Amino acid sequence: MAKHKISVTVNGAAREAEVESRLLLVHLIREVFRMTGTHVGCDTSHCGACTVILDGNPVKSCTVLAVQADGSKITTVEGLEQAGKLHPVQEGFTEKHGLQCGFCTPGMLMTTSALLERNKNPSEQQIREAISGNLCRCTGYVNIVKAVQYAAEKMR
Amino acid sequence: MIPAAFDYHRPGTLDEAVKLLSSHGDKAKVLSGGMSLLPMLKLRLASFAHLVDIGRIPGLDYIKEEGGFLKIGAMTRQAALERSELVRTRYLILADAVPLIADPLVRNRGTLGGNVANGDPGNDQPAIMLALGATFVARGPKGERSVPAGQFYKGLYSTALAPNEILTEVRIPAPPPRSGGAYAKLKRKTGDFAVAAAAVQLTLDGKGAVERAAIALTNAGLTPVEAADAAKYLVGKKPDEKTIAEASRMAAAKSSPSADRRGSVEYKKEMARVLTARALLKAVQRAGGK
Ligand SMILES: Cc1cc2nc3c(=O)[nH]c(=O)nc-3n(C[C@H](O)[C@H](O)[C@H](O)COP(=O)(O)OP(=O)(O)OC[C@H]3O[C@@H](n4cnc5c(N)ncnc54)[C@H](O)[C@@H]3O)c2cc1C
Ligand code: FES
Ligand code: FES
Repeated sequence: MAKHKISVTVNGAAREAEVESRLLLVHLIREVFRMTGTHVGCDTSHCGACTVILDGNPVKSCTVLAVQADGSKITTVEGLEQAGKLHPVQEGFTEKHGLQCGFCTPGMLMTTSALLERNKNPSEQQIREAISGNLCRCTGYVNIVKAVQYAAEKMR
Repeated sequence: MIPAAFDYHRPGTLDEAVKLLSSHGDKAKVLSGGMSLLPMLKLRLASFAHLVDIGRIPGLDYIKEEGGFLKIGAMTRQAALERSELVRTRYLILADAVPLIADPLVRNRGTLGGNVANGDPGNDQPAIMLALGATFVARGPKGERSVPAGQFYKGLYSTALAPNEILTEVRIPAPPPRSGGAYAKLKRKTGDFAVAAAAVQLTLDGKGAVERAAIALTNAGLTPVEAADAAKYLVGKKPDEKTIAEASRMAAAKSSPSADRRGSVEYKKEMARVLTARALLKAVQRAGGK
């Protein structure tokens, strides 16, 4: 089976790779680019631990082929911090105790940072809807909602 | 998990895509958003030697009203439907359903074309297209043809599309005045397929009686189920409580769900009845009736 040469922009840096057709985007990120902030939590496209931002939209990177992302801009959790300064959602999760084990957190951060790009002042209901594809087994979501509200306030 | 190996193709035009599909026969499969196909390949419930990605073919992503139809390009993402002003104001049956499909991350990738072409009775949009009387436009080696949604679903994962045909557009007749539609779905959690769900589209006459109606059910058999008898029963009648109850009973009698972790056959049939009643009531209200 032929390999495909692809180029993507990851967190602002141009990257190239030669990939098998079946390589999943999450494995390109974790195993080829060695950025392990993006997690794999399930095998069924349900948990959202693998969420990255693909051309502006949060998606489950375990359910996208690496070749499908050819030419795209990808942001992973490693790209949220800018010049040593945490992104407001990262600060919010820290301040409001939005995590316990932290496994779901990279996905939560990507989904909620994308939400705040679109909606500067989301209601609790809108926050809960936005993260409904991201499962957290620890927090019960209450502090995650508070973390996002904290970030929203900071960004306004 | 990792899918079995395959070759990936990314044609730039529909003609090129049809050629690729034709040369590989049933060893090839169309890939659009991948939200149904990739999970199946990952779980190795299916495998294909060739995937033909239609995601970069220009001109398949649009939502517009034209010539008495709502036309939606097959590559239109669920998220685009969710944000569409046209859908939100004029096609409430779709506006009801889209936020109940999968979750926001999946809706950023999944397409309308993939949902209706998949042939899984758990998909929500096939029943809606039956209720709306939609037509599916497909492109194949011999050119374009149209298939009414009512003739599209042949069996489990089996549709009227040949392996070398690509769905390009879903065409929905614009509803006349005094029309209303609704979709009611019961699911256990976000991202779950329907325990039962009902799609209703109807039009009232000047006196408030039902002029025409269509009812279809999701996850109620091997294909989406159209409850034509129940719809016919409504025609000419005032949609009062008693009439709605009887039509719902008739619709549920048409459903033949199978028992699984979502519930027993009896429970699912009962839920089909309840959801049909709810969708009918909402559709009548939206059509301006009481
Ligand atoms: C966690 C999760 C939850 C989900 N929940 C729901 C739900 O509640 N309700 C629901 O309806 N769906 C649900 N889905 C399924 C999925 O979101 C939708 O069915 C989606 O819209 C499919 O579109 P796609 O573009 O991703 O299709 P793909 O996966 O790319 O394709 C699906 C099938 O259709 C064929 N196909 C796709 N496009 C075309 C075309 N243009 N022409 C010909 N054939 C084509 C493919 O060959 C394949 O067989 C869920 C999926 C996940 C992962
Ligand atoms: S790893 Fe669970 S959705 Fe991707
Ligand atoms: S913090 Fe443990 S899964 Fe969310």
